[in-house]
Amino acid sequence: MRKQLKSNYEVVVIGSGPGGLAAAIAAKKAGADDVLIIERDLELGGILLQCIHNGFGMEIFGEDLPGPSYAQHYINAVQALGIETLLDTMVLDITRDRRIYATGARSGYLDLQAAAIVLAMGCRERTRAQIQLPGPRPAGVYTAGTAQRWVNVEGYMPGERFVILGSGDIGMIMARRITFEGGKVERVLEILPYLSGLNRNYVQCLQDFDIPLQLRHTVKRIIGNDRVEAIEIAQVDEHWNYIAGSEELIPADTLLLSVGLIPENELSKQAGVQLDPLTAGPIVTDGFQTNVPGIFAAGNVVHVYDLVDWVTKAGLVAGRHAAQYAQQLTHQVGERKYVPTASGKNVRYVVPHQVAPESLTEDTITLQLRVTHPLEEPVRVLVHDGENLITRKLKRYARPGEMLEIPLRGRDYDAVRKAQELRVSVVPKG
Amino acid sequence: MPSEYDIIIIGAGIVGSLTARFLSRYDLDILLIEKESDVCAGATGGNSALIHGGYDAVPGSLKAETNVRGNAMWDQLSAELQFPFDRRGTYVVAIGEEEFPRLAELHQRGEESGVPVETISGAEMRRREPRINPETSGALYCPSGGICDPWAATIAAAENAVQNGVALRLQTQFRDFIWADETKREQIVGIQTTQGDFYARWVVNAAGLYADEVMHRAGVRPEFTITPRRGEYYVLDRADVEINNVLFPVPTEISKGILVTATTHGNPLVGPNAQEIDDKRNVDVTPAGMAEIWQGAQKLIPSLTRRNIVAVFAGLRPGGNAPCLGCDVEYNKDFIIEIPTEVHGLVNLGGIESPGLTAAPAIAERVVELLRSAGEELTVKSTWNPIRPARPVFRHLSPQEQATLVAADPRYGRVICRCENVTEGEIVAAIHAPIPAVTYDAIKRRTWLGTGRCLGAFDTPRVIEILARELGKDPLEISKKNGGSEFLTRKTKEVRHA
Repeated sequence: MRKQLKSNYEVVVIGSGPGGLAAAIAAKKAGADDVLIIERDLELGGILLQCIHNGFGMEIFGEDLPGPSYAQHYINAVQALGIETLLDTMVLDITRDRRIYATGARSGYLDLQAAAIVLAMGCRERTRAQIQLPGPRPAGVYTAGTAQRWVNVEGYMPGERFVILGSGDIGMIMARRITFEGGKVERVLEILPYLSGLNRNYVQCLQDFDIPLQLRHTVKRIIGNDRVEAIEIAQVDEHWNYIAGSEELIPADTLLLSVGLIPENELSKQAGVQLDPLTAGPIVTDGFQTNVPGIFAAGNVVHVYDLVDWVTKAGLVAGRHAAQYAQQLTHQVGERKYVPTASGKNVRYVVPHQVAPESLTEDTITLQLRVTHPLEEPVRVLVHDGENLITRKLKRYARPGEMLEIPLRGRDYDAVRKAQELRVSVVPKG
Repeated sequence: MPSEYDIIIIGAGIVGSLTARFLSRYDLDILLIEKESDVCAGATGGNSALIHGGYDAVPGSLKAETNVRGNAMWDQLSAELQFPFDRRGTYVVAIGEEEFPRLAELHQRGEESGVPVETISGAEMRRREPRINPETSGALYCPSGGICDPWAATIAAAENAVQNGVALRLQTQFRDFIWADETKREQIVGIQTTQGDFYARWVVNAAGLYADEVMHRAGVRPEFTITPRRGEYYVLDRADVEINNVLFPVPTEISKGILVTATTHGNPLVGPNAQEIDDKRNVDVTPAGMAEIWQGAQKLIPSLTRRNIVAVFAGLRPGGNAPCLGCDVEYNKDFIIEIPTEVHGLVNLGGIESPGLTAAPAIAERVVELLRSAGEELTVKSTWNPIRPARPVFRHLSPQEQATLVAADPRYGRVICRCENVTEGEIVAAIHAPIPAVTYDAIKRRTWLGTGRCLGAFDTPRVIEILARELGKDPLEISKKNGGSEFLTRKTKEVRHA
């Protein structure tokens, strides 16, 4: 028998990927009694469950774990702490005053009230429509993540001869996985002049298996009415126009797309959460609170991460703040003074968007950012308020595919408190 | 299934399906054949989903006549067959002062055709559609225009036909006519298909894009040809873009132009362009076409961004070259709706392009009348039921109705398609419907699953699982649209057989 659900919770977490699990754990540990995780899939863990490759946990555990093992660590903690979970349940709507409507085959139709909500819906993959791939619509055009689910969870091959478009991490990891299973990856194409995923994945997944990567190349046309028969590829110039004469026809039955991830914020929008057009995620404070009081967001729903460890860390912060909110320990946005962050030279975006100086009396605040283009030389990450340098950090290089972090610490409290803005730049060390 | 019928209808698009449904009212044995694996797989499957008022058709043409008559039939039709239809009116929007005088011409044409029209100011248009181009100088409002779901309409019509005794054979392609006397070729007695021979007293040519090839086999109208005109479309995310109305630009000589429209399923639609091609299977989207429709859409709604796009598709219009006999002007793109005199046993339809969807019920009605006037005795069946009950659509229900449905059948509580909130209950119901949905695309047409922003990335594996379970098949056998479009190739850990 399922334990009877309550109709009121202190903290409800939507999604049980790494961000959601961490948020629930942190909320419970911060003193929230009633914490509920709502998960649409049949098991806790989110997309980690299909990521059977290693590469997870180096930052937190100092261990190189496969996705399911990494998730299991937090699933065990959720269970040990007595956090309630609702599986196979889809949230249909969230209101500004934190009412949640959900449905599930086993849970039925639900109507819950939360004192605080943590949005942890993760992200989805960009599709062929979003990159406007020409051609008809046969079977055999899949996102890399869908193929990963088939191969790793369900035990089916979605094709035999592959072209992979996009050098995102999932695409490169799937190139290796398909090779292990006896499929042939003819080519990995990247429209940009540089890799969009992690360099270590290029080395371990493509180079080690002699899978050719072509930068500045893309799909010009999908061929085949029922099933993909061939992929016409072409080189592009700096404006992404096809270069005449560079076309090549590659016989293939499958095209996998690894062309970027989009935070899933449809529920957030329903709740009135304001989004940042650059990240496609909510505008958040350092405690990951959105513009809607009591609604927090954690992990890939805020902006797309490249390391799961950082998603977990963000979830821990969001969960703690959500619990504090639920227990009326925190003031609402607007009552507290916030200093906005801003993108400076070579920086595409910075998260969080607002920092409360008072938070620095409790904890370090980590600013996360991505650069606009690769800087293949030693760089300084700088945080300025006008002419005043607040903090800086040295890095060996900066690449768009690899998120950068710069911490603000207790010692920066005075400078942050006086600041009009926290402008983050990345410049060559020179 | 018997191989002898009273009437065979070739093609299960909107025209063929409605013809079957209208004829199913009478005491007749009817066979509806379709070469694809589902109904509405041709021209009906990819268009603007509009029910036109009829103000712009050439007066005196069959297009004009069946448009106005067809338009009036959609309320009753959608009530009986229970599919989405919304008579919310349509607008032709003039951008800038230089386009404004064109509205007067259209206004006059509408009045001549007896179609109610109203010219409104730019300010009023901006009030009704806040995102419209701020330079809008006025609009022509046609209150009798509307939007519908052509997939749902065709499926409902075909299901109602089947419920009333029509035999439907999918994946059955017309090859040739069978004649009473093969040397004289005067009296048609049946057809040869890829699935065998079928006999009937009447054959209705509703073959859409292929109507020219079918009539040529009968030796009818050898000069008539269908030139496919491809139209490309974008579907936009309703979470980002709210469009309340049907918005046309001021038309050009050759096209109604690229429109931006609300749809019955919620995601706005933009398109189409018009490109004459020679391949009737070519539904490619092209870089040039996508650029063209985007430019057209931005003329009406300048604030659109490419991030709003969730899907791209192309459809084909079966444009013909039939001369109009009743027109005052020379017009060579009229519909063909006739019983030709040179052969017996053929009801011939052709060139049913826009406004073909609007006109379809009037065309079907006219087929019935043609048969009656040719001496066919049409006796109404006492058992005929015009009502096709709709299946529950979870996302269209109120929270209370959703709760009741989930309590009655828990499968309606399990959401399979996250973007469109389509439940397992709806998928299973489609699989076991009067026309069983046995492919992914067939389920998509019936539930709108996979049409949202993730384009099926999350639901496809689960739909394959449900299809395999309900049909007692292996997941490897499940396909997108028919044999040859299977999703999966083998199990992992198995050796590939070269």
